[in-house]
Amino acid sequence: MTGFQNVVAAGLVAGAQIVTVSVGGLLLVGVMRKVRSHLEGRVGPPIHQPLLDVRKLFTKQRMHPEQASWVFGAGPVVLVATAVVVAAISPLATTRPPLGRSADFFAIVFVLLLGSVSLALGALDTGTPFGGMGSSRAMTIGALAEPALLVAILAMSIPAHTSNLPVLVRMGLAHPEMIASPARILALGSFVVIILAESGRLPIDNPSTHLELTMIHEAMLLEYAGPDLGLVTLGESMRLTLLLGLLVNLLVPWGVADRPGAVSIVIGLGALAGKVALAGIAIATFEVFTAKLRLFRVPELLAGGFVLAVLGAVTALVVR
Amino acid sequence: MNGPAYASTLELMSGVILVCAVVTLWRRSLSAVVKALAIQGFALGAVALILGIRQHDAVLIVVACLVMASKGVVIPTLLGRVVASDPSSREATPIVNVPASLVGAAALTFLAYGATQPVVALIPTTAGRLVPLGFATLLIGFFSMVVRRKAISQIVGLLLVDNGIALVAFLATAGVPLLVELGASLDVLLAVVVLRVLAAQMWSKFGVLDLDQLRELRD
Repeated sequence: MTGFQNVVAAGLVAGAQIVTVSVGGLLLVGVMRKVRSHLEGRVGPPIHQPLLDVRKLFTKQRMHPEQASWVFGAGPVVLVATAVVVAAISPLATTRPPLGRSADFFAIVFVLLLGSVSLALGALDTGTPFGGMGSSRAMTIGALAEPALLVAILAMSIPAHTSNLPVLVRMGLAHPEMIASPARILALGSFVVIILAESGRLPIDNPSTHLELTMIHEAMLLEYAGPDLGLVTLGESMRLTLLLGLLVNLLVPWGVADRPGAVSIVIGLGALAGKVALAGIAIATFEVFTAKLRLFRVPELLAGGFVLAVLGAVTALVVR
Repeated sequence: MNGPAYASTLELMSGVILVCAVVTLWRRSLSAVVKALAIQGFALGAVALILGIRQHDAVLIVVACLVMASKGVVIPTLLGRVVASDPSSREATPIVNVPASLVGAAALTFLAYGATQPVVALIPTTAGRLVPLGFATLLIGFFSMVVRRKAISQIVGLLLVDNGIALVAFLATAGVPLLVELGASLDVLLAVVVLRVLAAQMWSKFGVLDLDQLRELRD
């Protein structure tokens, strides 16, 4: 293949991953709501409702509060932009994504964090109490989840001698027994706790709450309306999908395309959709049976995640 | 059992034992703590079973079954009854709060790895490399006995110490003689029974299982 063809192929793969993550992310939110409704004995909105919501929001007029600066408008844009970048270069459907060499686990996590920080800044920008409260809580939880996440990545990187995500997924495919190693399992357990914290799910935050005083993530969105709200909804669902996609590909890498070719990438996308949907259903089911933790108990949960990650890292160092 | 499968299941079960030890510090609900202890007992039995199958040692397999029965079923059931009889069965105010004690557990794990380096160097097998996990469990058990107030939590701490010692014994010596293992198991079982009776007495006399309130002698 010529260089030009390579570039086109890489662009197609990246585009396919971005489209799958953005549309699939909204559908994932719909599926999770549907599962929750069913378990609670309600019919619930159709699965494609989030898609319709976002389409409607994009047709609306752009409204910014009078006091808001450019930071307010930039928040949602940066959130979606970071999610798109991560969706393009992560090993979601294939283990050889475009720019795969720069898809370092640490880098990807920090690009995703850039999105949440920009959203928190946007919420602070208007100076309303709820926005500030939401930002402050979200950043507190983020600051507690961060060390756990770093150590969890470290624990996964030690046995593989690299923190490059495509390589980690490929090693999982090549050596399935590495996935069942205690280091990997502990790190992934910690990763699950962090995903729940970062994506604002129960028991850390209630995504469907209407009480401003208990809100964490929702409180940051109170000032957003119209296309901005649409962007935030899209960005958040993409983030959840990306985190779950990385989790399932590290935990059960089977189905991910390991060789180039349109057919294997389509299979990879299908496998990804199926695995992420299952993970989403599991989270939704778990959410039905749990209550939100008191805010002051959240550090306990995250400290637990941190210890799991540390145990994973130490085990990886010694069992090596 | 072939090489990689043996190594990874052994690593997994030893990991489960350590995670259960951490869970006993993590959860406040005592019934959850007792459940974690039961899982730990089973994992300990599984370690002995894997080693027994690997070494074709019938005695070790018998020991594994005994460990599973006593530490996985009997002791947790006894403790579960005490927990069920105590309506406020939560570790409400531990001396060191939960996040700090979890970080402490992480530090103790590092300490265990550091301290057992010479032992690990002596035993060049897969099992030998896992010895630090047993030491970490033991240290977390001691820690749990120091920082927890409830009688049940302290019994759990004692059992963690015992499980840690048993894990080190299995991993380092490839199984202690049946008689010794029986003696140790029965010893712990008896201790739990006595502690259970004591806890029941405490409960009927004072209505609390909080050891901090037992500061002075009474008639």
